[in-house]
Amino acid sequence: MALAFDEFGRPFIILREQDQKTRLRGIDAQKANIAAGKAVARILRSSLGPKGMDKMLQGPDGDITITNDGATILEQMDVDNQIAKLMVELSRSQDYEIGDGTTGVVVMAGALLEQAERQLDRGIHPIRIAEGYEMASRVAVEHLERIAQKFEFDINNFEPLVQTCMTTLSSKIVNRCKRSLAEIAVKAVLAVADLERRDVNLDLIKVEGKVGGKLEDTELIYGILIDKDMSHPQMPKHIEDAHIAILTCPFEPPKPKTKHKVDIDTVEKFETLRKQEQQYFDEMVQKCKDVGATLVICQWGFDDEANHLLMHRNLPAVRWVGGVELELIAIATGGRIVPRFQELTPEKLGKAGVVREKSFGTTKERMLYIEHCANSKAVTVFIRGGNKMMIEETKRSIHDALCVARNLIRNKSIVYGGGAAEIACSLAVDAAADKYPGVEQYAIRAFAEALDSVPMALAENSGLQPIETLSAVKSQQIKENIPFYGIDCNDVGTNDMREQNVFETLIGKQQQILLATQVVKMILKIDDVISNSEY
Amino acid sequence: MPIDKIFKDDASEEKGERARMASFVGAMAISDLVKSTLGPKGMDKILQSTGRGHAVTVTNDGATILKSLHIDNPAAKVLVDISKVQDDEVGDGTTSVVVLAGELLREAEKLVASKIHPMTIIAGYRMASECARNALLKRVIDNKENAEKFRSDLLKIAMTTLCSKILSQDKEHFAEMAVDAVFRLKGSTNLEAIQIIKKPGGSLKDSFLDEGFILDKKIGIGQPKRIENAKILVANTAMDTDKVKIYGARVRVDSMTKVAEIEGAEKEKMKDKVKKIIAHGINCFVNRQLIYNFPEELFADAGILAIEHADFEGIESLGLVTGGEIASTFDNPESVKLGHCKLIEEIMIGEDKLIHFSGCEMGQACSIVLRGASHHVLDEAERSLHDALCVLSQTVNDTRVLLGGGWPEMVMAKEVDELARKTAGKKSHAIEAFSRALVAIPTTIADNAGLDSAELVAQLRAEHHNDGCNAGIDVISGSVGDMEERGIYEAFKVKQAVLLSATEASEMILRVDEIITCAPRRREDRM
Repeated sequence: MALAFDEFGRPFIILREQDQKTRLRGIDAQKANIAAGKAVARILRSSLGPKGMDKMLQGPDGDITITNDGATILEQMDVDNQIAKLMVELSRSQDYEIGDGTTGVVVMAGALLEQAERQLDRGIHPIRIAEGYEMASRVAVEHLERIAQKFEFDINNFEPLVQTCMTTLSSKIVNRCKRSLAEIAVKAVLAVADLERRDVNLDLIKVEGKVGGKLEDTELIYGILIDKDMSHPQMPKHIEDAHIAILTCPFEPPKPKTKHKVDIDTVEKFETLRKQEQQYFDEMVQKCKDVGATLVICQWGFDDEANHLLMHRNLPAVRWVGGVELELIAIATGGRIVPRFQELTPEKLGKAGVVREKSFGTTKERMLYIEHCANSKAVTVFIRGGNKMMIEETKRSIHDALCVARNLIRNKSIVYGGGAAEIACSLAVDAAADKYPGVEQYAIRAFAEALDSVPMALAENSGLQPIETLSAVKSQQIKENIPFYGIDCNDVGTNDMREQNVFETLIGKQQQILLATQVVKMILKIDDVISNSEY
Repeated sequence: MPIDKIFKDDASEEKGERARMASFVGAMAISDLVKSTLGPKGMDKILQSTGRGHAVTVTNDGATILKSLHIDNPAAKVLVDISKVQDDEVGDGTTSVVVLAGELLREAEKLVASKIHPMTIIAGYRMASECARNALLKRVIDNKENAEKFRSDLLKIAMTTLCSKILSQDKEHFAEMAVDAVFRLKGSTNLEAIQIIKKPGGSLKDSFLDEGFILDKKIGIGQPKRIENAKILVANTAMDTDKVKIYGARVRVDSMTKVAEIEGAEKEKMKDKVKKIIAHGINCFVNRQLIYNFPEELFADAGILAIEHADFEGIESLGLVTGGEIASTFDNPESVKLGHCKLIEEIMIGEDKLIHFSGCEMGQACSIVLRGASHHVLDEAERSLHDALCVLSQTVNDTRVLLGGGWPEMVMAKEVDELARKTAGKKSHAIEAFSRALVAIPTTIADNAGLDSAELVAQLRAEHHNDGCNAGIDVISGSVGDMEERGIYEAFKVKQAVLLSATEASEMILRVDEIITCAPRRREDRM
């Protein structure tokens, strides 16, 4: 296959160790790649929308994940095919960029590939298809901008935000209490949002989960929650108006980095060393006490003696707190992380209204709440639920909702969900197709058809007649020239997404179309696949 | 074309009906496994571990059974997980939750077979579980105000919980014990304060609750065996050679005399420490770490009872009981809080000597000494007692109680049936199925007792047609009776948790339409 001959008729070897490689070329390569991409999309297709089903994934160690979040499914699926890996990347980048719509983007890409296959069969060159798709995606994105609506909200009126988050949550298992979870997500985002700069740092929102209780017990804590307890069982469990010293140095004798030895050769030296040691502990504790700390949070462990001294001086302490938590505490309480005892000053202490320990269930699970902090910019969403998988899935859902709320604060534009935006785009692209002369026209039409597949999948998953429903909605949109009609997934009785309050963010939708187009273009341009045949 | 090669080798994918079938079958197998242990006449299981020694456990505690199973089916793992959570959260009902979830899935399978979409079933189940919960809420009994009545409620709950366990023979005795112990906690749920000591020998009836605290340790030789009005210092400090903690310190000497000197200094240091400890004016010293012979001797000389190597929990609860603080430095004797108790003495249980602290100040902690014929019996007894204690401590916080013996299930089933009749659409089938699943629990209880379940459940259903009926199945006499009269009570919190987690779990399994199994991680040696 990959043989060439020179003028004497001797073969060149272009590909080394040919017999160990498999090679696919030309139209075969494209067909194979498209098939692989479609296969991945087919897996996700049934997870789309509020009535989408979940997938159960068993990891290599037998651990189980149940989810319908596209990014998570693909990440855990452990795929081997290169093209399938591209699809996984696609969903992941949507997750990083937007946080929601990870399933939609893959379904969209799958549909584009399917259409491309049909065009290939007609003999259209892959590059022409790719170009046509590119033009079509531009038209679609512009059209989205046109039909997008600004919607107004502020700190006091966040109802529209809650509605949008509810749209996101309704496709998850947690939709039983989507109202309360959406409110939690919105409140959390608003608490940390910088409305001036229109920016939200999601790092400030910590999502903690604890098995037990019920989903309804999920709460938003204006403060920090750490999965630790006091270092000494008899330390006070409730501290009001705490001044917190945040330390990254252990309550232990110093360990200089340079190699050294302390030689003991006389009794006197032994005695002095002993005194020194005691004094050292004493000083450390005294230092904390002197600056007025009422709580010590330390990244490292304590010596037994130090622990007791702390307890003795009535200075509660928490040990082995992780670096991330430590930073969050520092942000929330307005304190500084102090690396050495000598540098402790009263200004560097963090302040919190209440620090309390709470125990759960019958086992000795305790957690530490730090609330009413000086700087309320860090919040924690504390999730409860029936089992571990439920908690994990709720965490993912909350993450999606948080991302949506953040995107809305960044950009207030929304489009209507339930497939309404896709149908409107499809109509616009279809209309635009006729204006393009040349082969691209066919590709653009194919793009329009691919856009229909998202509402089609929605209808299919909701148990509706897909073709019938889609055509009805489409004609309704054209007839009334209103781009708000979508698929009525929840059987409410109206197709008007404004009435159903189903929104999605504009940037999310735009990103979906752009990313999907990009990946499909890339896949179409591949015409040679060389791989080791051992696999 | 390499389409079928999306996944790595050995990975498998199951779709649609097949996936659903796999999870139904797995979940039902698990629920059938534990089904026979449900109820007062439930049978036990023997579990043999594959590890060294092939340790054997005999139990009928659902969570314990499921925890020890090696399961490959993903859906079954979900059920094991809910049982574990039920154990952590409320302590009891670990079997019921699995059986209910299994029944819900069994019903769901029938519905799926008759072409009802899983999402419709889930919607129906959700409505039904909400309705069932409200039905329970309407009928709860709350005796928070009336302390005496509440105590008797607790006693009945404890007896109901214990009657399905190995302790059922002496359930009155153990129920008394558990209620007493929980009342001492004064509302806290920290069960660690209740120490359970197992000593083989004697019979289960000889088990007793001790108001004081029992430490499973021996008293040092030559030290007093009995101390009245003890002042106790609870400590966590090294009493062997006190190491120099400054990093890099080491001893380097050049002659034998110096070795002797330093040894002398070390001894001196220890002596100092002991002196300081003695200066607290104590007559009992309990340390978490080892006490070497030398300091022990010093303590003996001073007439102080020194107890070494009490484990961490022991120290903590001793601190709780006696009200002393756990000390590690001894420089300021005046500010260290000492623990007090009236009497410390050595007691004999069976042939073991234990140290008994009685007449303690705080009285929050207590010890339960379990006696029994063998280790297996004792282990099972401990698990049963633990269940009872968990339920009781939760009930103290949430004082609502219900009647037992299948009564709550029948009440729920009746309300859910009503709902099914009122609901239009395909959901009503699912709601009806939910009520059938609820009735399966009393049916199983009756079946396990070898009774005519069909007859009894039908009778029960008829009784429940009257409003405000208290009828349930009395397994002991094998008939339908008034549960209030027979004193069979259950905690509301347990029932609620069973209902909610079982619904949640079955919903989760129902939503799955595809199972993707990754290739198992290969062990190195098999490569």
